[in-house]
Amino acid sequence: MSLDTSKVATSNGATAATASKPSKIGGVAGWADDRLGLATVMRKNLRKVFPDHWSFMLGEIALWSFVVLLLTGVFLSLWFNPSMGEVHYEGSYDNLRGIPMSEAMASTLNISFDVRGGLLMRQMHHWAAMIFIASMMVHLLRVAFTGAYRKPRELNWVIGCLLLLLGTLEGFTGYSLPDDLLSGTGVRAADGFLKATPVVGSYMSFFLFGGEFPGEAIIPRLYIIHVLLIPGLLLGLIAAHMLLLVYHKHTQWPGPGRTEQNVVGFPMLPVYAAKAGGYFFIVFGVTAIMGGLLSINPVWKFGPYDPTKVTAGSQPDWYMGWPDGLLRIMPGWESVIFGYTISWNVMIPILIVPPLMLVVLMLLPFVEAWITGDKRDHHLLQRPRNAPTRTAVLVSLMTFYGLAWAAGGNDIIAITFDSDINNITYFMRVMVFLGPAMAFFITRRWCISLQRHDNDTLLHGYETGVIMRSPDGGYTERHLPISDANAYTLTARDRDEIYSTDGATDANGVVAPGSRVQAIRAKLSKASFGHNVQKPTAEELAEAHAHAAHPPALEAGLDHPADGHQFDGHSDKTADEVPLRGGH
Amino acid sequence: MIEPGNDDAITPGTEGTLAVREEPIANPGLPAHQWRPTDVDDRAAKRAERQIAAMFVLSMICAVLFVVAYLTLEIGDNFDTFIGLGASTVALGLALGFALLFIGIGIIQWARKLMGDHEIMEMRHPAASSAEDRKETLAALALGAEESGIARRPLVRNTLLGSLGFLGLPLVILLRDLGPSNAEVADAEAGTGLQHTIWKKGMRLVRDVIGTPIKASELEIGDLVNAAPEALFPTEENGYPEIEGVALNVQKAKGAIILVKMEPDEIKSAKGRENWTVDGLICYSKICTHVGCPISLYERTTHHVLCPCHQSTFDLADSARVIFGPAHRSLPQLPLAVDAEGYLIAQSDFDEPVGASYWEREKQ
Repeated sequence: MSLDTSKVATSNGATAATASKPSKIGGVAGWADDRLGLATVMRKNLRKVFPDHWSFMLGEIALWSFVVLLLTGVFLSLWFNPSMGEVHYEGSYDNLRGIPMSEAMASTLNISFDVRGGLLMRQMHHWAAMIFIASMMVHLLRVAFTGAYRKPRELNWVIGCLLLLLGTLEGFTGYSLPDDLLSGTGVRAADGFLKATPVVGSYMSFFLFGGEFPGEAIIPRLYIIHVLLIPGLLLGLIAAHMLLLVYHKHTQWPGPGRTEQNVVGFPMLPVYAAKAGGYFFIVFGVTAIMGGLLSINPVWKFGPYDPTKVTAGSQPDWYMGWPDGLLRIMPGWESVIFGYTISWNVMIPILIVPPLMLVVLMLLPFVEAWITGDKRDHHLLQRPRNAPTRTAVLVSLMTFYGLAWAAGGNDIIAITFDSDINNITYFMRVMVFLGPAMAFFITRRWCISLQRHDNDTLLHGYETGVIMRSPDGGYTERHLPISDANAYTLTARDRDEIYSTDGATDANGVVAPGSRVQAIRAKLSKASFGHNVQKPTAEELAEAHAHAAHPPALEAGLDHPADGHQFDGHSDKTADEVPLRGGH
Repeated sequence: MIEPGNDDAITPGTEGTLAVREEPIANPGLPAHQWRPTDVDDRAAKRAERQIAAMFVLSMICAVLFVVAYLTLEIGDNFDTFIGLGASTVALGLALGFALLFIGIGIIQWARKLMGDHEIMEMRHPAASSAEDRKETLAALALGAEESGIARRPLVRNTLLGSLGFLGLPLVILLRDLGPSNAEVADAEAGTGLQHTIWKKGMRLVRDVIGTPIKASELEIGDLVNAAPEALFPTEENGYPEIEGVALNVQKAKGAIILVKMEPDEIKSAKGRENWTVDGLICYSKICTHVGCPISLYERTTHHVLCPCHQSTFDLADSARVIFGPAHRSLPQLPLAVDAEGYLIAQSDFDEPVGASYWEREKQ
């Protein structure tokens, strides 16, 4: 007698029988969790919120271009030979065949002409490097202009600045590797910079080059710095940068429902993972298309390095351009003190100003926090106009950078515009000081005007474009109130508090300790925030809206044509009574 | 839990408010969710699905095209057959680029059209730990310090700090053999070191590429010749020792010169250099005194020579004095003479180091 066991339940009635459809993901995840125990962490974070704004993608470009750099760099390293041993080139490129050159140069030519896809990978690597540094810079500007570097993110700002420095050094060591005429000229200039270092200059030069310039050590040494040392540091700092980003959670723009205490956006799984992952493919794809269509660093046109040769228009990659520009416009100052030579003409533009600028950049959030005395956490971004002094400082720094960078192309400018290189240089010598000052003033006033404009919009509504004509021929434009959501967004910011030292002396007039520093702080605070326009108060808003709701009868009792302020109740007040109108 | 996979999520509307920023207008709260066409119209959703799948298929086609291009298009010296780049580079770049781009566009389209688009709200935490955590951590640190006795036994602590500090010495000294110092290699006879070059009394000037000696009578007024020391072109005839590799490059880097001819009365000879020229021929180091680029751009009417790196300009008629740009020192001048056969020779080495300045330059 046989029993049909196929219908017997595998359950004892109290626990579940085998699942009707066992899940594969569940199986793999279970296997992994048995060993790694990640479910606890992932349960809390898999659907972590990321707010959406186009400007949050700039740092992402930097991250993905770094991945592209790692991938293309590994490919190049399979063929590149970082040696200064001399060989006679015997590859496919006719014009250089038989010419003596270093193995580094010969293997670069080999990658370019005899490895399929090699030139593509070289060009992708170089373009990705430029995108990496450019996107880091734009990302840095976004973070600074929106005040995202405020507490608690100051340390991540410092890490970001270090990433920019390392990225720049990585770029320099990278483009020096092919040992072509252009990069060799750059390395020789770098040798001159080292020699200008006080006391130890010639030692640094001899140690780096393994003896007298050019030696045969510099390319292998730059290579290991380029493929191991700096990428290792970059990876570590990028990991720290990302961990802090996750820990602090992302900043967001203020708006309806978005406050200092919350984050509103899409969950990491699946939306943000898909968007970010998809974006990697887009950055990679765009880099590949650039590498395929846009020629970059054609070393075969420059030829191998020869210390007796140079070409006109020699320039470093663009991100090294601004110190080079300072070097070009620096007067030729050099002094001999106690028989020792001090080359101010090299030290100031190369060894002093660029590191100083980096320190200034890293200190920005700390100086700002000291002036404001603000100890709170900040997660809502500020519009640049609402921090006029910070915005002006940043534009001022950008102007300095831009002018120094342009000075690095003074020969190109002179040729392109058929102008005199001496005059361009004299002009730049003045403008690197004057330009930033002008930019500071203009930007600050511009921001303050924009703040006024915001307040006008809040108080008087937006311009509808509806023109009304009064019986006696006067024209006015109808203003209508903006939406609640927009009005809230415009007012979702703090009022600036100006620090003052009132009360810094006690009853006997004795100055409190440290008050001299505090007096400086008070002056800076007043200079920074004293001119800012504050958002209207609830009363001002209510008053303005009350007038708008009951417009005075047009032209009633006026002895002049309507001027557009008939709706806001300001038509018969003076500018002093209505300070927010900016005196028109 | 409000939201699976997110411990911090909350229901919108239940979050607290921050009084400061909420005036003068109250926070109206998160706007209502807007449905997308693909959420409510099944046909729109199907259309989006087909679009996305089409992107992925296009990517596959591009990947295959990449392989086809790799196998069929030749490389080598025909690198400029197509828009200045080789057909292979262009085709591989486009195929790879679009294979990647289509994946990226497809995934992002998927996220935008089909994946859930409900915004989630989660709460932030202060970056700082709780007061309790801090207290306990500090207590644990203090206990650790106490148990180690680091505070009670300053001798152990200080000698440990000292030994760690002293470890810097091996680390630094290990780098000493990165290279010799200038003093160790400097030798006037061999022309090594920053203060010497291979130039010597009686050494002929030769053209820098072909190495042929230059007769004083060969040059016309206005000519500039890039020249080199004859020792860099050793032959049996001239008897100079074989030189190659690093030594050759070092000497090339320091010994390069420019030789110009101008009207003898145009030359303003510096004191002590009256007999350094030969019949309007005057010779300077080619290495810029700023940071060491070879100078190259000569303007014959003004006798000015310009360094293309940073535009330092030197007046060759007036001891190569700096007349513009960031360089400070004149180009070193090579004293010239003529040998019995009429060829130009050096009277001696340069009387100062060539190239960029350095700290102990004046001391040697």
